Amino acid sequence: MASEIELVDVTKRYPGADQPAVDSVSMTIPAGEIVVFVGPSGCGKTTTMRMINRLIEPTSGRITIDGEDTLSLDPDRLRRGIGYAIQQAGLFPHLTVGQNVGMVPGLLGWKKSKSADRVDEMLDLVGLDPADFRDRFPRQLSGGQQQRVGVARALAADPPVLLMDEPFGAVDPITRGNLQDELMRLQAELRKTIVFVTHDFGEAVKLGDRIAVLGQQSRILQYDTPEQILANPADDTVAGFVGAGASLKQLTLLRVREVELSKAITATTADDPAEIVRRLAAAKREFALLLDARGRPTGWVHARTPSKPVPVGDSVTLQSTLQDALEAILTEGGAAVVTGARGEYVGLVEIDTVMSTVKRLREEAGA
Amino acid sequence: MSFWDFVADRWSRLAGEALLHVSAVVQCTVLAALIGVGLGVAVYRSPAGSAVATALTSAVLTIPSFALLGLLIPVLGLGAPPTVVALVLYGLLPIVRNTIVGLVGVDASVRDAARGIGMSRLGVLTRVELRLAWPAILAGMRVSTQMLMGIAAIAAYARGPGLGVEIFAGLTRAGSANATNQAVAGTVGIVVLALVLDGVFALIGRYTTSRGIRGQ
Repeated sequence: MASEIELVDVTKRYPGADQPAVDSVSMTIPAGEIVVFVGPSGCGKTTTMRMINRLIEPTSGRITIDGEDTLSLDPDRLRRGIGYAIQQAGLFPHLTVGQNVGMVPGLLGWKKSKSADRVDEMLDLVGLDPADFRDRFPRQLSGGQQQRVGVARALAADPPVLLMDEPFGAVDPITRGNLQDELMRLQAELRKTIVFVTHDFGEAVKLGDRIAVLGQQSRILQYDTPEQILANPADDTVAGFVGAGASLKQLTLLRVREVELSKAITATTADDPAEIVRRLAAAKREFALLLDARGRPTGWVHARTPSKPVPVGDSVTLQSTLQDALEAILTEGGAAVVTGARGEYVGLVEIDTVMSTVKRLREEAGA
Repeated sequence: MSFWDFVADRWSRLAGEALLHVSAVVQCTVLAALIGVGLGVAVYRSPAGSAVATALTSAVLTIPSFALLGLLIPVLGLGAPPTVVALVLYGLLPIVRNTIVGLVGVDASVRDAARGIGMSRLGVLTRVELRLAWPAILAGMRVSTQMLMGIAAIAAYARGPGLGVEIFAGLTRAGSANATNQAVAGTVGIVVLALVLDGVFALIGRYTTSRGIRGQ
């Protein structure tokens, strides 16, 4: 279930200001897609988003959700039908996690039992064990866990539209990466219409089906798929915002499962070192990957020092981005180990694979 | 007659006055809380309004209690009415100020989220803002109560109820038998009652504040 959002000549003018904060923005946000508003601080991207659920009332223009004019609805009722997640999570500190998540169903008058079931389902969905977290208070959670609860609260009443205002802006980079991956997993399942505001272009590329690059007064500089924006920025301002390293950012668009994996020479920890050396020589390779009894990688052995394995430092999964893989390749030297769902070895990503993928992406986008 | 003999001798009378004293202070604090929280809610969104409300209630506190009671007697007569009016007026400042501080201190992101998920303005106020400001409001009531315990003694001047009667009677009969005992009994009684009420407030705070915000 998702809804199309349409903005027509939406303008916000604050009394006493010379220039409008948002000047005549028109755009269509397709149903079931993540559209990311990205732009410098103070460009009006948050204002534009907040006009969709009327936390800010437009001065002029029209916003429709599935063809229905939002101005014709009661603002409180409108907002109960739109999920809302913000940077600081904004959890109610005096209520438990369960009460926070159950707030919107409560406002909508759901039955207690239905609401309680829904709370558990939502906590499960965002990766928090309901039995453990339901009765905790927000201050007993880490920043990342608070954001998860914030997302669960936004999704609790199953709204077709979700507004997210820099929801992962206040957490550390590693947690942010995890939360972004989680959001993509959720979205693959739920297919909501999501408007996501950020000033981090990398985040926009990673999450967005489409990106709206906004300039001053929320003017749309370019509204397109991440691939197109990276390959063909509309003007110098967009190019400046995309910044150096557009090719690197393209790597965040691809997942490890989408590229061809190569095979390492593998051996088990039980194998005889001399045997490993013979197999390496036969294959004309220098390194073999050691696997434990359950097929999980434990270390590399070099042909010259077969009895002294070096532990595998950084590995990636099939869901990791190619950028993560490149990072692991640079740390490990030459190739990154790819593991499956249970941590078992499935293949290698080599530097050549990454290089040829970047080249192919460029050619495709340029064509 | 020793002090303890005096207290034992007059026990029923002293207990009755103590009850009236506490009852007057508690009722006036509750009344001051209703008015003070209402006032705080009315002005907290406007810095100018908050400043005016705080200044006005502070100004009331600078009027000597003796003078205020004296000025109220011609208007309201003797007994309970001037006592109640004076106590409520004096009790306002801590409550109004703490209500404003408590409400303004609510995290902007919490307020934004509450509006964003579809709570009405009244809902945000009653279900979020006042709940979060409650520890501050309660602290204001606690300060008011302590203050009013002392001020209520002066109310005896306007023929008000309470232990002030003993103090005034003792002081006017200074030098005669048991005069000192009488004044001391009233004073000690007030101090003891104030301590007990403070303990009661600590308990109320413990049982009415969410575990999620307690001790912050």
